[in-house]
Amino acid sequence: MALAKRIIPCLDVDKGRVVKGVNFVGIRDAGDPVEIAKRYNDQGADEITFLDITATHEGRATTVQTVEQIAAEVFIPLTVGGGIREISDIRTMLNAGADKVGINSAAIHNPDFVREAAERFGSQCIVIAIDAKQVPNNPDGSPRWEIFTHGGRKPTGIDAVAWARKMVSYGAGEVLLTSMDGDGTKAGYDLALTRAISEAVAVPVIASGGVGNLDHLVDGVIEGKADAVLAASIFHFAEYTVPEAKAYMASKGIEVRL
Amino acid sequence: MTKSTVAVIDYGMGNLHSVASALHKVGDGVTVQVTDDPDTILAADRVIFPGVGAIRDCMAELKARGLDELVQEVSATKPMLGICVGMQALMESSEENGGVACLDVLPGQVKFFGADLRDGGGERLKVPHMGWNTVKQSYEHPLWEGIADNSRFYFVHSYYIDAPEFVAATAEYGVEIHAALHCENVFAVQFHPEKSGDAGLRLLSNFLRWDGGQAVFRPVS
Repeated sequence: MALAKRIIPCLDVDKGRVVKGVNFVGIRDAGDPVEIAKRYNDQGADEITFLDITATHEGRATTVQTVEQIAAEVFIPLTVGGGIREISDIRTMLNAGADKVGINSAAIHNPDFVREAAERFGSQCIVIAIDAKQVPNNPDGSPRWEIFTHGGRKPTGIDAVAWARKMVSYGAGEVLLTSMDGDGTKAGYDLALTRAISEAVAVPVIASGGVGNLDHLVDGVIEGKADAVLAASIFHFAEYTVPEAKAYMASKGIEVRL
Repeated sequence: MTKSTVAVIDYGMGNLHSVASALHKVGDGVTVQVTDDPDTILAADRVIFPGVGAIRDCMAELKARGLDELVQEVSATKPMLGICVGMQALMESSEENGGVACLDVLPGQVKFFGADLRDGGGERLKVPHMGWNTVKQSYEHPLWEGIADNSRFYFVHSYYIDAPEFVAATAEYGVEIHAALHCENVFAVQFHPEKSGDAGLRLLSNFLRWDGGQAVFRPVS
C-alpha cells in the first residue's frame, strides 16, 4: 500500500457556471458548480479544483458564495484559483472553505508574493499554477517550455522548469502544471514537460491540460511522473465517471483510492 | 446522539471552516463553537484541537492567547481530538523550525521526513506527504467504529510523529508514521478527517459520541 495517485476534476467557472473551452477559447456550458462538485465528491474524486476563469473584481462575491456552497457539501480538499493577487484574496478563499489556493500571474508579477503567502498560511495551502508552452529548443537541443500569461497569448521569457524550482524554493507546496499546447485538445498531457517539472521539484505535481481519454491519465502518472492528474471535460460531459477512471488506472497498476 | 457542545479551538492557525462544516454535517443537534475563549472551551463537552502551518507559529499563537496551559488542562478532563499540527503540538517536541518545545501532553517527537525520502523500491517520495494514504488501525477503538481497517485518509504534512507508545494507527511513507495516537481522553490524528470523505466524517461522528477513556485493546479482526 502506498500513497494514492489523485484524480482531480477541475471546474472552470465563469459567472457562476462551469464552462469548458478549447485552448481557452470556445466556451461550452457544463452546469452548476455546486451540483457538479457534489457529483464528483459522491463519485469518489480525491480533490476538486475550482478555477475562476474570468476573476473580475465584480464577480468575486459570486465566486466566494459558490466556494462556500461547495465547501458545505464536499468533504475532500478544495483548491481555488483565478484572480488570487493579494494576501487578502487568500484569506477570503480560505475563510470561504478552500483548503488551498492556486497562484498564477500574481507570482509572475511579484514572485515574493508566493514567499509571503507561504509564510503566512503555510506551504500546504499554496499551489503554484504554471501555464507553459513548448518553445524552440535550448542551444544544447533539449526541449524548452516557457511560462505564458493571458490565456496563453503572452510569453514571459521565463523557463518553466526553472520557474517551478524557484517557486518551490519560495514555499509553494504543490505545482499545478497546465500545458497550454494541450489544454482542451484531448490529445493528452505534455508528458515531457510534466516529467521534467516533476523530476525538478520535491513537491507534488498535478498534470493538467489535454486529457481526452483514460490512457492519458495513466500516461500522466507513469510517463509524466505526476502525483495527481487533473481533468475537466471528460468528466463534465459524462464521457467517463471518476470510478471508471480509477478502475482503469488500477488495472494499469497505479495505486488509487477506490 | 446526545445533544452536546464541541469547541473547536481557534488560535489563528488556518482555516477552521472545514472542521466546523464537517461537524455540522455529522453532529445531529451538536452545538459547534469555533472559539479562543477559555470559558467557552472549558464549558464544552468535547474539544477539537486543529492546526495547520508551522509549529513555531502555532506554539507562539497558543502562548500569546494563553491557550497552551488551557489545552493541557482540558486534555486531562474532557475528550479531545487533535488534528494534524494540533496533534504535533501535543507531543514533547518538534524538529521543525530548528527545534520547538511542544505541549508534552503525549510522549514522542515530531520528525522531518528528510530531503531524500525513498520508498522500499528506491523511488523518490515527494515531501510534503500529500494525499490519500492507507491507515492501519492498531486495535479496536470507538473512534474506528464503522471504518474499515486500511481505509484511506487525506494527509498533508512534512513532519511526522514518532511516539514510543499509545499508537492507535500507523501509515507508511518511506518511514512508519504514527498516524493516530490515543491516551486516555486524547485521540490525535495526523490526517485531516474533515477532508477525508466518508471515512473522515465517520471518525468525527464517532468522536462526538466518545466519552474518552481507555480503548479496548483487541487486535483488529
